[in-house]
Amino acid sequence: MIASINNLRFHYAGTDEPLLDIPRWSLAGGEQIFLHGHSGTGKSTLLNLLAGMLLPDTGTIDILGKRISTLSARQRDKWRARHIGVVFQQFNLIPYLSPIDNIRLASHFGGKADATARAQQLLGSLGIQTVLFQRPAAQLSIGQQQRVAIARALINRPELLLADEPTSALDRTNRDAFLSLLLEQVAHNHTALIFVSHDLNLAKRFSRVEALADLNHAGGRH
Amino acid sequence: MFFRLTLASLWNRRGSAVLTLLAVTVSVFVLLGVEQIRHQARASFGNTVSGIDLIVGARTGDINLLLYSVFRLGNATNNINWQSYREIADDPGVAWTIPISLGDSHRGYRVMGTTGDYFTHFHYGQDRPLQLAKGAPFSDRFDVVLGSEVAHSLGYQLKDKLVLAHGLGSTSFSQHADTPFQVTGILAPTGTPVDQTLHVSLQGIEAMHIGWRDGVKLPGASHRLNENTRQELTPESITAFMVGLTSKLNTFRLQRQINTYRAEPLLAILPGVTLAELWQMTAIMENALRLTSALVLLASLLGLAAMLLASLRERQREVAVLRAIGASPWFLLALIEAEALIITVGGSLLALALLSLCTTLSADGLAAQISLFIESAAITRTAPPYLLAIVAGAMAIALVPGIRIYRSALAQQLTY
Repeated sequence: MIASINNLRFHYAGTDEPLLDIPRWSLAGGEQIFLHGHSGTGKSTLLNLLAGMLLPDTGTIDILGKRISTLSARQRDKWRARHIGVVFQQFNLIPYLSPIDNIRLASHFGGKADATARAQQLLGSLGIQTVLFQRPAAQLSIGQQQRVAIARALINRPELLLADEPTSALDRTNRDAFLSLLLEQVAHNHTALIFVSHDLNLAKRFSRVEALADLNHAGGRH
Repeated sequence: MFFRLTLASLWNRRGSAVLTLLAVTVSVFVLLGVEQIRHQARASFGNTVSGIDLIVGARTGDINLLLYSVFRLGNATNNINWQSYREIADDPGVAWTIPISLGDSHRGYRVMGTTGDYFTHFHYGQDRPLQLAKGAPFSDRFDVVLGSEVAHSLGYQLKDKLVLAHGLGSTSFSQHADTPFQVTGILAPTGTPVDQTLHVSLQGIEAMHIGWRDGVKLPGASHRLNENTRQELTPESITAFMVGLTSKLNTFRLQRQINTYRAEPLLAILPGVTLAELWQMTAIMENALRLTSALVLLASLLGLAAMLLASLRERQREVAVLRAIGASPWFLLALIEAEALIITVGGSLLALALLSLCTTLSADGLAAQISLFIESAAITRTAPPYLLAIVAGAMAIALVPGIRIYRSALAQQLTY
């Protein structure tokens, strides 16, 4: 198991109702899951819990056999750098650093030695032209930036990749191309993927499709 | 990678970063400049006399006596009788004396009558004797030895003739026109009031005043000086005299003896002590300057904090990205501190370079204009503690934006 959740409950400070109440959920190595749901139902919160940015009120989250809540804040940051890749909707990159330096920065936090060669190879396989490697990331198009973000997320060969609406800033053509590249790369690296989106058109590309509402017993469910 | 990120981040904000750096540069320049001048002025001041145990004059204030005898400022209230002088000079505890006779001037520079002992016994700085750049000490009664600044600014050379004026104004109407003096020596620069003085023999002072009474040339009295009048050339009185003792142990005994001298009211001072007292009077001015420069520095450091604080809004995305890829909140705090450090150190180094350049360029001017001798090497001695304090201050003040970014990083979630 890459990730397993048991009796997870979580609520934000200042609210009474728990936002998440997930009795049981798990993800196998290399699995690709499409997670959908309306906004405000806690998709992003679940990703934050999986990445160790938030801690559960009760229950456990185990990633790669490690209980996240037993780690210190500092250890969780290191853990995240090494084992979890993240791709946002946009603004994934430090705008004034080049794609190569953005990737090297991620590799620096992952505690890896100089990753320039692998970064170049990843960028190449994601269709980024060599001339863009050393330009400030802000000069790249959104589509290019999102592809650089994949390379950045995969540089430390993470076991789990979290993608939060990574295609919502892209047009249709770019979206399909992006998704193909992403699925291809995670398959190639044998990385498990949690792909969060509300765009059900994309779901057909995934072997496993889940609605957060089915997992989550919170929110006065039935 | 951290350093690279810091530099890239600063470069990304180069407009405000450079302005902030320049503000730091200016304030550090002001602070170190003031300190530099203060130290040098104090050193220069303390170095005006050396190796002189007592200065004796007519009874007046300690500082007044020091001012007119050493700094050629102000006037003596009274003179010392030649007999009194001889009596004290003959005391067994006295090794040597330098009599001083003041009251005349030449184009704004004061004339001092003295003896040849002045050139051997008067010391300044760290026990440095006077040195002649050109020529020799006076030997004839109408010889004059110029201080370096007098010679330089009035353009006198050896063998030039000049006329001394009675009184101290730079445009005196009473000129000792019938007794011109000839330049026989020019002293090397000392950075003391010696540079602004014309030195003649006591006989010269007497000789040019023959036929004068109460500061006025008697009508019809021509200058009738010949060998027969040599007798007259022993002065009746002098303005003050400097004393060197055979043993320092005698200092207080002799001082008390002079201060309680029966024949006329006299005052003996220890030049070192009185110099320190005089310097104390400038302390308020000095502290005001230091306070001002410290406030200028504080303003620039507050500007630095404000610049970093203003940058936090645009950094919000960077915080999200860095947190997502595994940066701890401490990393972001360190990033802000490192940017503050680079700006402060950069500004300080620039200020040091500017200050060295300015002191090098203005050294001659300052020496010539106000006899302030600045060693540019002295910055490297005085600056380090200040620079350390400045950097520590900048680090402390950068904690304001630093702690804020730490908190926002702590609360940061994955999604943006």
